[in-house]
Amino acid sequence: MVKNAADVVIVGGGIMGCAAAYYLAKGGCSVIVLEKENAVGSGGSARNGGGVRQSGRDPRELPIAMRGIKNIWPTLAEELGVDVEYCQKGNLRLGKTAAHLDILAGLTRKAVDCGLNVKMISGDEARAINPYLSQAVLGASWCPTDGHANPLLATLAFYRRARQLGARFISGETVRAIRKNKGRARVVAAENGLYEGGTIIVAAGLGSRPLLNTVGLDVPLQPVLLETLVTEAAVEMFPQMLGTAAADFYGHQSARHGSFVFGIASGYEPFARAGFPVSSSGAAAAACRNILSYFPVLADLKIIRSWAGWIDDCADHVPVISFTDEVPGLIIACGFSGHGFGISPAVGKLLSEMVIDGQPALDLAALRYDRFGIK
Amino acid sequence: MLERKDLGGYIAAPDDDLIVCRCEEITKGEIRHAIHDGLFTLAEIRRFLRAGMGLCQGQTCGRLVKALLARELGVAPAAVEPATARSPVRPVEMRVLADNQERDDG
Repeated sequence: MVKNAADVVIVGGGIMGCAAAYYLAKGGCSVIVLEKENAVGSGGSARNGGGVRQSGRDPRELPIAMRGIKNIWPTLAEELGVDVEYCQKGNLRLGKTAAHLDILAGLTRKAVDCGLNVKMISGDEARAINPYLSQAVLGASWCPTDGHANPLLATLAFYRRARQLGARFISGETVRAIRKNKGRARVVAAENGLYEGGTIIVAAGLGSRPLLNTVGLDVPLQPVLLETLVTEAAVEMFPQMLGTAAADFYGHQSARHGSFVFGIASGYEPFARAGFPVSSSGAAAAACRNILSYFPVLADLKIIRSWAGWIDDCADHVPVISFTDEVPGLIIACGFSGHGFGISPAVGKLLSEMVIDGQPALDLAALRYDRFGIK
Repeated sequence: MLERKDLGGYIAAPDDDLIVCRCEEITKGEIRHAIHDGLFTLAEIRRFLRAGMGLCQGQTCGRLVKALLARELGVAPAAVEPATARSPVRPVEMRVLADNQERDDG
């Protein structure tokens, strides 16, 4: 038992687990991270569009996004010793119809109420920011402090630095259950052994739900397919993060590399076949049609790769980041619902504060595990 | 199960500046450094360096990267989990992909 003991055992080697491991190791804790896949960051961390946004966020998670963008992202590359391709050149959320503009105005009002610098602009103002936009764009919301980064690099950069600081990583190790000792979460039972932690953090994406069930807790998570594609490298065209009111695509051009990464929406994401996530043949085509309606200039750019993954969609589409009353010693961080990457460094920091200081520096009451009431 | 232990100190090789992934211009030294930094799977090396993620999608360098990883880890190449193949098989223009729908305008 002693061999596999640490101050903190983290279940899940995605960007949340890796970021938490980094901040905990930096804070002097011994850490064991258990990842079920062979590769670190195989879930949503490797399968998202790389948005580092505040605009368009639910007010419950907006303060986390704002803290990360103000205090962590600007110096993250320097801190981790890896260029994570962070680019803070704003977010355009585009609208093509009057109904779209209504949606954008509503989101903008809510964000302004939370103190975010975001505003509505006209189609021509949007085209002044991004000259490649088609005339079909009638207006947009514009948040100049948003941006994007490379999620593959950021995940592995946290992993690499945490490992350098002494965090122990074991991949290909599936966790089956959490066991209590004297009422407190204490032991993680995995396929190849037992791991003992003073605190146990569950950051295992969709796998969090069955694992929490082993100590009588439940979080309403559901798999939703996420599909992404990447183009060949192009000359630098525009640095903004892009989204749309219609949610028909999102994406950006990589700041260093020149390739475009686009997220797809086919409309059938919640109904995808279970099992290994597979790109659907129609979704890439739908994405290209949608993208070209906003950016006709990209018509001859080649798609070189597409991939798919699972989103751990929470019932109300914001995450659970929480202690639990029933099981002391346990911390839950899951249900990021497809927009976890941008807040992941701040979440890692909050998780480390919950362990080291006994409470997070931000009020996370709105993200508690027991908020799901019945209608 | 893979315990991600330290591989020991990095020993520079005389041909570390050899380009292995021609599409993304990644050298043997960069790949070996990444492995010593703890990137122990082909998926991680791909995500970290973009080796095998360019226009040819690793058709040229895939086996070379696998051999480098196997050597640094001290295992047989066959024991290294292959990287996942992804569509499309060849690069396809967006306007071609976008044009997949049946039309009724003849």
